[in-house]
Amino acid sequence: MNTHTLSVLVENKPGVLARISGLFARRGYNIESLAVGPTEEPDLSRITVQVAVDSQLVLEQIVKQLNKLIEVLKIVELEDGASVGRELMLIKVKADPATRSQIIEIVQLFRGKTVDVHNDSMTIEATGSPDKLEALLEMLKPYGVRELVQSGLVALGRGGRSLADRAKIDKTRPAARLAN
Amino acid sequence: MADESAQILTGAQALVESLERLGVEVIFGIPGGAILPAYDPLYDSKIRHILVRHEQGAGHAAEGYAQVTGKVGVCIATSGPGATNLVTAIGDAYMDSIPMVAITGQVTSQSIGTDAFQEADIRGITFPITKHSFLITDPAEIPHAIAAAFHLASTGRPGPVLVDIAKDALTKSAPFHWPPELDLPGYHPITRPHGKQIREAARLIAEAKRPVIYLGGGVNRARAWDQVAELVRLTGIPVVTTLMARGAFPDSHELNLGMPGMHGTVAAVGALQRSDLLVTLGARFDDRVTGKLDSFAPEAKVIHADIDPAEISKNRVADVPIVGDLAEVLNELNEAVAEVELPGYTEWVELVLDWKRRYPTGDTNPVSDGLLSPEYVIKRIGEIAGPDATYVAGVGQHQMWSAHHLPHERPTRFLNSGGAGTMGYCVPVAMGAKVGRPDEVVWGIDGDGCFQMTNQELVTCALEGIPIKIAVINNRSLGMVRQWQTLFYGERYSNTNLKTHLVPDFPKLAEAMGAVGLRAETLEEVDQVINQAMAINDRPVVVEVVGHKDAMVWPMVAAGVSNDEIKIARGLAPQWQEEEL
Repeated sequence: MNTHTLSVLVENKPGVLARISGLFARRGYNIESLAVGPTEEPDLSRITVQVAVDSQLVLEQIVKQLNKLIEVLKIVELEDGASVGRELMLIKVKADPATRSQIIEIVQLFRGKTVDVHNDSMTIEATGSPDKLEALLEMLKPYGVRELVQSGLVALGRGGRSLADRAKIDKTRPAARLAN
Repeated sequence: MADESAQILTGAQALVESLERLGVEVIFGIPGGAILPAYDPLYDSKIRHILVRHEQGAGHAAEGYAQVTGKVGVCIATSGPGATNLVTAIGDAYMDSIPMVAITGQVTSQSIGTDAFQEADIRGITFPITKHSFLITDPAEIPHAIAAAFHLASTGRPGPVLVDIAKDALTKSAPFHWPPELDLPGYHPITRPHGKQIREAARLIAEAKRPVIYLGGGVNRARAWDQVAELVRLTGIPVVTTLMARGAFPDSHELNLGMPGMHGTVAAVGALQRSDLLVTLGARFDDRVTGKLDSFAPEAKVIHADIDPAEISKNRVADVPIVGDLAEVLNELNEAVAEVELPGYTEWVELVLDWKRRYPTGDTNPVSDGLLSPEYVIKRIGEIAGPDATYVAGVGQHQMWSAHHLPHERPTRFLNSGGAGTMGYCVPVAMGAKVGRPDEVVWGIDGDGCFQMTNQELVTCALEGIPIKIAVINNRSLGMVRQWQTLFYGERYSNTNLKTHLVPDFPKLAEAMGAVGLRAETLEEVDQVINQAMAINDRPVVVEVVGHKDAMVWPMVAAGVSNDEIKIARGLAPQWQEEEL
């Protein structure tokens, strides 16, 4: 199984997320993470979805099936080298006066932040690539992780163009949208 | 376009006005609480509303109407159970790519999500089986939603579109603007094929030694039958016509090898298995055609033309993918093929025609125990009613016999549920087909199991003046399931005996619903009742034909095995007399 990241530009309408998640469930595709949010244009939303697939053919089929949804405007695969991807993690870790400064030191190494402190715990905020967050988590585990919450990956392609630009270009040249 | 003074209309009026302006002539439906406001302006409309007896019948009738006219079929139902009763028909239309718009009432917008009386999230329920759907809570959105629904249903790969309208959106008012500007920024179906792929396809055709045209139901949706005939004329390539394409290329043509697949002809199945090039036109490598996929047509390269890019390389990887409308694809392919030198394929054609001669789909079930052979009866209906009649089958053995033995000479004359395999399809689809072709003969070929699922629409037919003819091939059992029990479950007939020798009395049931009821039990009576039915044009007719329950459909490829394992009768494989080509 290889993980691929798709960035999907959709119309911001009720039910779009249900259609997309339903499509994945119905056709048996594996979602590893999913993040949805508004974009620079109020009538558009952007979904970043990580999928695990056996083959390029399955990925192609996922893209084609997503493209059939009327409210999907544009799909691109964000490849590792050509994109920037981040996840956000909040970790509530056990911390007493003896361990607190050690934890703060670890968090600083990972450029994380302490966002809440209690007499026997603290809450850490960290962003970064999935690998970095994984490493941070490994470091904090010995102190006792009480609670953990993590966002899906959000990602953007490198360079000056936006996905909405590319979708607009496609609007004027509809035949370009799907490879023949 | 000039704004026609922006009248203020209620949502209900806007709905009916939109339907009228889209040229809708007929709607099948049943009113109820949430949709009731729409029925008031409909009462004054020139649109014919046919009051069915079950919403499933409305949906199927819309499918029948759509398939014979090429227009969008429209059905309408109320919220909750009214809407959920449409689900089977919507799913059926989705599987067979039938242009349909289903309009449902919904509880008021304030009540949505509260489990209100007759509330069902029909949009959510139908997400997986609609091309698209709308939930409308504002009357101003109605014209756009209806226009968009018709556009989506009928363009690209056709399919069902649901418009769910909250009751208050029907009762409130808004300015009516027509035509609405379609706002579908994510919808750009590709109709024009890529020139490079067309040339590549022509090149493969010129290089092939054992090509087969694998023709699917897309030919009917694209109305591309003339172009297919031209391709065959230019190339001389043999053709297999799938269940959904029967009649789109005439059976009387020498090069038509018949239907491929699980119950396909030896010639069609054998030709695909030994082919070195599949010219796939509007077909989708369905499991009922391919059998075990990795052993299907193992030596063939694949040209795959379809309007839906997602069908290409879904089940079988295409060597030459062509996305486009089949009529446009074939116009260009025919031009390209005319410019290349073709080899002629003589030996190959002789080989497949030899199979066709040696293994015709004959009557493998001669009369036994004094009971009629269903194949014989279906064949006689086809011979008497002729190739111009429209035939609608239910699902099961009678469907397969109909696919083999009716006169498949003209496109869109054979309707059946291919993808979904919906029992109960026959009567309501025949009703819709007859509404679309009022001056032509419509015969339903149904089974005793299927008929008991949806026969109440005969009441609708009787009252609305829709004189369809239904043959009930009564073998007193769920015949196809029984056949599988015979072959694969050690003749243990678990729950397939319908006991129709006890009840119902089909002719009496028909009479009770305002149809003429006839019955044939002997060979002589068969022609007699068919001719009698042909002479009746003022009301529906039901002809019960008592057949024997052990008749089986042959040829057959068992589920999950290679198509090479085709049997022409129980335990009997064809002799291929293989020749090296």
